[in-house]
Amino acid sequence: MNTTSPLRTLLEAGQRVTEHHPWPRVVVTPELWKTLSEGLVQGSWTLLGLWGEIGWAHLAVWEAPGNFCVTSLRCPEGRFPSVGRRHPPAQRLERALADLVGLQPVDAPDSRPWLDHGRWPLRHPLGSATAPTVPMPPYRFLPAEGESLHQIPVGPVHAGIIEPGHFRFTANGEAVVRLEERLGYVHKGIERLVQGASIAQAARLIGRVSGDSTVAYALAFAQAVEAATATEIPARADWLRALMAELERLANHCGDIGAICNDAAFALMLAHCAVLRELVLRASAACFGHRLLMDCIVPGGVSADLPAEGDHILRALVAEVRRQFSPLIDLYDNTASLQDRTVETGFVKPALIRQFGCGGVIGRAGGRAFDARQTPGYPPYEQLAFEPLLRTESDVNARVWLRIGEVEQSLALIERILDQLPAGPVRGAVNPPSEICEGVALVEGFRGDILVWLRLNADGTVARCHPRDPSWFQWPLLEAAIEGNIVADFPLCNKSFNGSYSGHDL
Amino acid sequence: MRSQLLFQNLVRSPLTIPAPKPSEAALAELATRVDQTARRRLGRSLAIREVDAGSCNGCELEIHALNNAFYDLERFGFHFVASPRHADVLLVTGPVTVNMREALERTCAATPDPKWVVAVGDCGRDGGVFAGSYACVGGVSAVIPVDLHISGCPPNPLQLLEGLLALLQVQDYGL
Repeated sequence: MNTTSPLRTLLEAGQRVTEHHPWPRVVVTPELWKTLSEGLVQGSWTLLGLWGEIGWAHLAVWEAPGNFCVTSLRCPEGRFPSVGRRHPPAQRLERALADLVGLQPVDAPDSRPWLDHGRWPLRHPLGSATAPTVPMPPYRFLPAEGESLHQIPVGPVHAGIIEPGHFRFTANGEAVVRLEERLGYVHKGIERLVQGASIAQAARLIGRVSGDSTVAYALAFAQAVEAATATEIPARADWLRALMAELERLANHCGDIGAICNDAAFALMLAHCAVLRELVLRASAACFGHRLLMDCIVPGGVSADLPAEGDHILRALVAEVRRQFSPLIDLYDNTASLQDRTVETGFVKPALIRQFGCGGVIGRAGGRAFDARQTPGYPPYEQLAFEPLLRTESDVNARVWLRIGEVEQSLALIERILDQLPAGPVRGAVNPPSEICEGVALVEGFRGDILVWLRLNADGTVARCHPRDPSWFQWPLLEAAIEGNIVADFPLCNKSFNGSYSGHDL
Repeated sequence: MRSQLLFQNLVRSPLTIPAPKPSEAALAELATRVDQTARRRLGRSLAIREVDAGSCNGCELEIHALNNAFYDLERFGFHFVASPRHADVLLVTGPVTVNMREALERTCAATPDPKWVVAVGDCGRDGGVFAGSYACVGGVSAVIPVDLHISGCPPNPLQLLEGLLALLQVQDYGL
């Protein structure tokens, strides 16, 4: 850790909150908050999250190489200086914060609601939670003006077996001039359900923020609880958690590679990749009792140990996936008609990726070498000689190749985890908190870095928990990626992103 | 490379599992609901429109799996369609969120009669872990009439198959 970093120096002026772990949390003045926002604009540090609670706005940032912190601003008048005013990645987070908590970002460029569609029985569910008095005006989409433009509204119910959301395309013939997303349809009120829940109930809820990332969410939640309560978990549990996380990544990447190719009308790849995904899910069920590994990671460790035959099952899986995957890579590489669709399609400027702190495959396919397994890092990855993969072309093709590389990397990691898996117990008790305590964790899911921040009451219930999906910093870039592409390439671009609706809508 | 992959599929044994028996529980639930006319008109082929009304996406992943080579849903006459106008069955997941309620109602209204509604997952049954939230209406039956529930969090593809096969069984034998 670099203790003389500009961020650290800046935060010395604030007041450190002692019960927050493992990163520092600092209460800042409005002036300091503005200076922090300006640092985001300058690229001195990167936005990790922005959320609130009654009377407080919280901002999490990362300063390379390894400084992470949460800063908090007291908002006694229900307002805070807008971060999104100068730093667009914060805009949707601020709109959600205003919807949920009722804190208003002052001078925000976009005051439209985001998650609140004017249908809930109450407003500001995490704040005053009062019944709405006036109906919400119809949502205004951003204008696009010019000759011969037409609009194509899509969703919330989509044509495939996918999650709901609305896309408003403005097109000139086939070329997309503007795409505007409208999300929030699957908002389930998770943050409010978690308030007052026991740690066990909350773990089940957070494990269902986004079903495809259930392992990563459960892991982030467990790490945050363990940080807050200073709970040490058995070494074997760390390794089994990583094993599950890599199985989840493997299954999802296999599915995504097939699905992207399918959206370029290459169904053969989907058929084969879907078989690989199914093999992974079956092995997961055979080893841990659940195909998606839901509720397998719990605060304190993991809920079930790898059975005696688990080592054999997983090594056989790795061998079989490798055997079947290799000709599929050649197939992708040698099908010119497929590459014709993916190469240079859905390009995202690397500068935008850096500005948005876009994580996961999209970030790493666009030159941003960030992977939470390495930074801030968590056990056992430091013992696995792990280096994130990187490409720079930032198009659909690069995202496919990045996933192909990460499939191979996960297969190798699974083998190494099995080789080095220590013996011993897999679960311990969580230290009961004796007073209010807070924890935070950043975990690499298959989609990117997931942030979970929480505060526990002295009685062990959850006072506040905020899970931030990687999609928050990816959905806006999809709007940029599709610009100038043809409408027919939207499914391809969208699938190459595979943003989460449920994880984003909460 | 492509011809090699295609050739292998000709010479090796199929991955597809034998068909499971339809679920007893599902049959019992359906037997009381299915109407003779519906059975006559739908024939032994059902078009499914999947609607995510608020799910965590876990159910969608397992519904997707029904199309893979192991489960091969289409061999039973089921296929997924892109429009409710073409559908006989609405396969609905999730606790119905308040923000999706109208979309679900309109999708249901756009589906021609006779039709069946199948609620998938513990959330589709009663809201599951999300029950009681200000942002959730509850199970699917709180919004539109449901003919069949398939439980699970999420139900695995075999459980989904058993439930859907019960739909066909009811048509075949007029249970």
